[in-house]
Amino acid sequence: MSNAAHEFLRSAAEKSADLAHRQIIRRGIDSYNAANERGRSRFLDWEAARLRCQEIKWEAVNNLDRYLLEFEQRVKDRGGHVFWAENSKEARQYIADLATARGVRKVVKSKSMVSEEIHLGPALEKLGIKVVETDLGEYIVQLRNETPYHIVTPAMHLNRTQIAALFKEKLGDVDTDDPQQLVAAARRALRRDFFSAEMGISGANFLVADAGMIALTTNEGNGRLCTSVPRIHVVLSGIEKVIPRLQDLATLWPVLATAGTGQPITCYSTLAGGPRQPNEVDGPEEFHVVLVDNGRSELLANVEEREVLHCIRCGACINACPVFRTVGGHSYGTTYMGPIGSVLTPRLRGLNEFQHLSYASSLCGACTDVCPVKINLHHHLLHNRRDAVNASDRPWSERIGFMLWRWAVEDSRRFRAAGWLVRLGMRVVHRLRLDGTVLDPARPWNKNHAAPLAPAKSFRALWGKHNGNN
Amino acid sequence: MAKVALFIPCFVDQLTPEVGLDMVRVLRRLEFELEFPQEQTCCGQPAFNTGYWNDARPVAERFLQIFRSAEQVVCPSGSCTTMVRNFYPELLAGTPWHEEAIKVGKRVFEFSEFLVKVANVKDVGASFPHRVAVHDSCHALRELHLKPESRELLRHVRGLELVEMPYSEDCCGFGGTFATKFGAISAAMGDAKAGYAESCGAEYVTATDPSCLLHIDGILRRRKSTVRTIHLAGILAQTASAAERGARPAARESAR
Repeated sequence: MSNAAHEFLRSAAEKSADLAHRQIIRRGIDSYNAANERGRSRFLDWEAARLRCQEIKWEAVNNLDRYLLEFEQRVKDRGGHVFWAENSKEARQYIADLATARGVRKVVKSKSMVSEEIHLGPALEKLGIKVVETDLGEYIVQLRNETPYHIVTPAMHLNRTQIAALFKEKLGDVDTDDPQQLVAAARRALRRDFFSAEMGISGANFLVADAGMIALTTNEGNGRLCTSVPRIHVVLSGIEKVIPRLQDLATLWPVLATAGTGQPITCYSTLAGGPRQPNEVDGPEEFHVVLVDNGRSELLANVEEREVLHCIRCGACINACPVFRTVGGHSYGTTYMGPIGSVLTPRLRGLNEFQHLSYASSLCGACTDVCPVKINLHHHLLHNRRDAVNASDRPWSERIGFMLWRWAVEDSRRFRAAGWLVRLGMRVVHRLRLDGTVLDPARPWNKNHAAPLAPAKSFRALWGKHNGNN
Repeated sequence: MAKVALFIPCFVDQLTPEVGLDMVRVLRRLEFELEFPQEQTCCGQPAFNTGYWNDARPVAERFLQIFRSAEQVVCPSGSCTTMVRNFYPELLAGTPWHEEAIKVGKRVFEFSEFLVKVANVKDVGASFPHRVAVHDSCHALRELHLKPESRELLRHVRGLELVEMPYSEDCCGFGGTFATKFGAISAAMGDAKAGYAESCGAEYVTATDPSCLLHIDGILRRRKSTVRTIHLAGILAQTASAAERGARPAARESAR
C-alpha cells in the first residue's frame, strides 16, 4: 500500500467519525442541491443542454491539436505570449522566471486549480514573492494554511464562527460573525493587494479558440481585477480547457454556473485576449498564457479514458458524492477531490500510488448522473480498477481471494460446498461469540455490523427439497 | 402463464434464502411457472467491480450459457440485474459472447421491474400493516432507472403506510468489497442512512437490493435501533391470511 493510501485511510476514518463535520457538509450540500434544482428548472431542457455540452467538449478534445494552435495563433496576433508546459516544473519555472525578470514582489491570484496542481504558490513564495489568493474561499483557506477543501467552494468545511475567529486573528480590524462585515473586511484587505500587485494570475474556465481569448467566471469580481489591474496577467490552464467557438459559451457558461452553484450565470463573466491594445485605456501591459499538459496528453492518447478530459471543473460530482461528504475534501490529499479526482489523479499521477482512490467508491453512480458534460465517471473508476489488476498491482491476499472465488463459482457443486463451509464457519464464530474479534475471519464486516445470522439451508437446498413449495 | 427462470444471486442463495423464497411465493401467487436452473452460482460482479475482469469473464459466460434459453429471468436484486444487463456487454466486448450478453440482458428483470413493467401487476394481494420507507438502491435507481415501481407495488399492499425517508436516493455505503476495504467510510455512510430511516418514523426500511439491506440491517442492529429491514419481496409475500395464522414471522426477525 502506498503512503498516499495509508494517509487516505487514516484521514478518511477520522473524518468519517466526525459528526460535526458531517453536519456542516450536509448543510452546505443541501443548500447547493436546492439552488441547483432551481437552476436546472430554468432550462427548457436541461438534458439537451448537457448533451450539447458533451458534444462541444467531445469536438474540442478530439481536435485538441487544431484548436490549441488556433488559440495560440490568435493570442500571439494580439501581442500575447503562449508557453507550452509539459509538466509542473516547466510551468512553475516559466512563471517564476517571468516574475523575477519583471521584479514582481506581489502576485494576486484568482482561483486556479491548475496552480494548486503545479504547486505554484510555494514556488513563488520561495523567491520572496507574496502570493495573495483573492477568491474569498481561497483567501480563507490560505489564511489557514490549508489547501482548498473543494474545487468550487474551497472553504465549505468551515462555519461562520470559525471564519470570524480566523479573521479576527489574521486581519485584526474585524470582530464580528456577521457575514457582510466579514466580507467587507476581506474586501478592504484585498483591495490594497489588487492595487499594489505587479502580477495577476488567473485560471481559465475555457480557452476560446476562434476568439483567441480566455473565458473566466467569478462571483466576486476578483477575476476581473486580477486580469486587468496588475501590469502582467498570467493565465494558467490545462490544455483540455480549449473550446472551438465563442458561441459555445452560450451553452457552456450557463451550464457551468448551474452545475457549479445553481446560478443562472456566474456574476462576473470575463473574456480576456491579450495585453492592452493601442486604442484601449486599461488592461495589462503583458499577457502570458501557460498551457499545462502534466499527463493530459497521455490521457488523450487513451481512447477509453479520453472523455475524462471533458471535465469543466464544476464540482457537481463532488457535491453528489456520498464518499466525499463522509471523508471530506482534505482526506483525498490531492488537488482534485471527489469522483473526478478519484478518476483523474491515478491517471495523472500514477495508478500505483493513487489506485486506492478508484477503489474508495461504492460505485453508486450519483456522480455520473449529475455530470453536466456526461462523463461516465463511475465506469472510469471501474476501468482504473481493472488496469490496476492487469498491472499486477494489487495485494496478494486479494488476488488469491479471487482465484479461490473463481474456482468456487465455476462449478455449482463446489459453490454449494464452499457456501456450506462459510455458513458453518459463521455459525461457529457466532456460537463462540467471536463476531468482529480478531479471530473472526469476517472481522472486516463484523467489526462495523451486527453479524448476520447464517441460515442453516441455502435457497437451492430449500428449492431442491420442496421445489420451492414451502 | 409464461415461464420464468429464477436468477438467485449467490449471497441470497447462501445468506438470505428467504428473499428468494418470498419472491417465489409472490410469483406463484401470480401463477407464473417457475424454474430454478441449479447450475447457477454467481454473476461475476464481485470480481468485475474489484477489477478482476479476466476472472469475471468466464463466470459471465457461464451465466449466459445457463440462462440463454430462458424466456424471462427474474432476480431479486437490482445490482445483479445491472451486472448482466448493463455491464456484461462491456465486460464481454470483443468476445463471441457479446451478442448473447445483449440478448440475455434484455430478458433479465429486477423483481419489481418484472411485476410492474412486464407482468403489469401492481396489486399482488399482499397485506403488511406497517409503516414502511423505501431506500432507493443505487443500481436499480441509476442503472436500471427504477424508482416508482417499488412504491407503486407498496401502495397496493393492504394496511401498509408508505413514508418517504429523507435522502432516500443517497447510497447506503455497501458497495460490495468497498464495505470491507473501506469499512470506516462504508459504516459512516450506513450510519447516516440508518439515521434518516429512524427520523422518518418508519418501522421498516425496504429496498430492491438485499445487499443494501444486509448492510443497513447490520448497522441498524448495531445501533440497537427499532427500525428493521425487509426486502420488497418479503412484504409482497405476506398475505392477510398468512398474517392471521401467524405463519411466518415478519421480515428477518428470525435473525435477531
